Amino acid sequence: MYTEKVMDHFEHPRNVGEIENPSGMGTVGNAKCGDIMRIYLDIDENQIIRDVKFKTFGCGAAVATSSMATEMVKGKSVQEAMQVTNKAVMEALDGLPPVKVHCSLLAEEAIHAALWDYAQKNNIEIQGLKQPKSDISEHDGDEEY
Amino acid sequence: MKKVIYLDNAATTKTKPEVVEAMLPYFTEYYGNPSSIYDFSAPAKAAVAKAREAIADSIGAQAREVYFTGSGSEADNWAIKAAAEAYRDKGNHIITSKIEHHAVLHTCEYLEKQGFQITYLDVDENGVVKLDELKKAIRPETILISIMFANNEIGTIQPIGQIGEIAKARGILFHTDAVQAYGHLPINVDDYHIDMMSASGHKINGPKGVGFLYIRTGVKIRSFIHGGAQERKRRAGTENVPGIVGFGKAAQIAMETLERRASYEARLRDYLMARVMETVPYTRINGHRSNRLPNNVNFAFQFIEGESLLIMLDGKGICGSSGSACTSGSLDPSHVLLAIGLPHEIAHGSLRLTLSEENTQEEMDFVVESIKAIVERLRNMSPLYEDFMKAKADR
Repeated sequence: MYTEKVMDHFEHPRNVGEIENPSGMGTVGNAKCGDIMRIYLDIDENQIIRDVKFKTFGCGAAVATSSMATEMVKGKSVQEAMQVTNKAVMEALDGLPPVKVHCSLLAEEAIHAALWDYAQKNNIEIQGLKQPKSDISEHDGDEEY
Repeated sequence: MKKVIYLDNAATTKTKPEVVEAMLPYFTEYYGNPSSIYDFSAPAKAAVAKAREAIADSIGAQAREVYFTGSGSEADNWAIKAAAEAYRDKGNHIITSKIEHHAVLHTCEYLEKQGFQITYLDVDENGVVKLDELKKAIRPETILISIMFANNEIGTIQPIGQIGEIAKARGILFHTDAVQAYGHLPINVDDYHIDMMSASGHKINGPKGVGFLYIRTGVKIRSFIHGGAQERKRRAGTENVPGIVGFGKAAQIAMETLERRASYEARLRDYLMARVMETVPYTRINGHRSNRLPNNVNFAFQFIEGESLLIMLDGKGICGSSGSACTSGSLDPSHVLLAIGLPHEIAHGSLRLTLSEENTQEEMDFVVESIKAIVERLRNMSPLYEDFMKAKADR
């Protein structure tokens, strides 16, 4: 079902984890539909993404696109990171099954959400960046049994 | 090929070698059409009759009440559509449940578009149909009750005898989709007041491509496939002779071994459930704890998603299935898990493992260790788990 590259990024995901006091953090998706992505960015004073980490709740494609997207923005300027579109992530993974295309959308949205958080915190504007629309506010994951 | 631990017997089972052996002569030796007049086709005709007899015996029915179909889904479609049509002058109301297989649910939805009214009964948190709701749902125009014998996802067994009694007392036809139960649980159509029952060959170590519909004598449902005179003119098409022979053989073996097999599988099932529950935190068991199919286990692991889990289990040679949206091609998780009240995000983290008599306790130990490691790994990359652990630390 998945390409070799998707399987590689799923089985050996790059940049899993958290960043303490991140420059920007974004969480997108919705537990209801089974995909949540969170991206942490560490951005230096020259607006270069020094480090990036992610956490994802979701299917194989969701994990792989998160991993690939973090690889593609690492070391880039925030403006360059804006060029990492869902299409670019998908191509870098040699494609996704049609039902999984929405996972690649989430990766782009998660990066944008983290960049938005960074821009808000530092009161700057990133060209082409709009306020992210999705969040997980309706999620209540604290039920325990 | 790596060693496979096959735990998806609700999806399909291995065709038993003795079943294959019984089938083989009917491809190359006795390949005559059972409808033909000459002696050469007599063995084929006799073999179909023998299989029908074996299956009728296995459910306490008459041979002429057993109709072979191409699948369990076909049997479900036939029972419901043909009963709706045949009894339309009596009424247009059908009662079923929210946790039926799609072969029943989508057929009912189709009938809704044809003007029928369908009541989809709720189930309790264990997945058991509520009998008081069933009684309340019955109207003068109710013509059919269709409730599955046991659920394919969570394994819960329904109170079929009581449902049958209710239907009989009100003079309503009762159909049960027994695809998961037949050959795994003892079934007697008279004891349970079943008027129609669907089953499938490949769920009981028989071949794929053959099922049957039991239709009680006197139920006036008509032909589903029009054409020749096969299956007492009710289901035309040249018989799948090798398939029917294999199904008959599989049914015979299933009945002979039922008690021993069910108790062995139930013991393994309970062992697996107990080991996983003590090994993996934030886990629940879906379906009724004890009143479930002997080979069915269904877990929900909080904070993780089922498809990821399945792919990683596959990496260890373990075959399972999940009610996650990602495995169904839609955005919604399993309708069964939602019907028993699971929140979406927990339903996405479900895992169904269905055992067979070929599985061993050593395999279960390997499965438990694999699940433990995989769930831990997925939780460590889950933002839901991160949030949960932080909230827990703050408390």
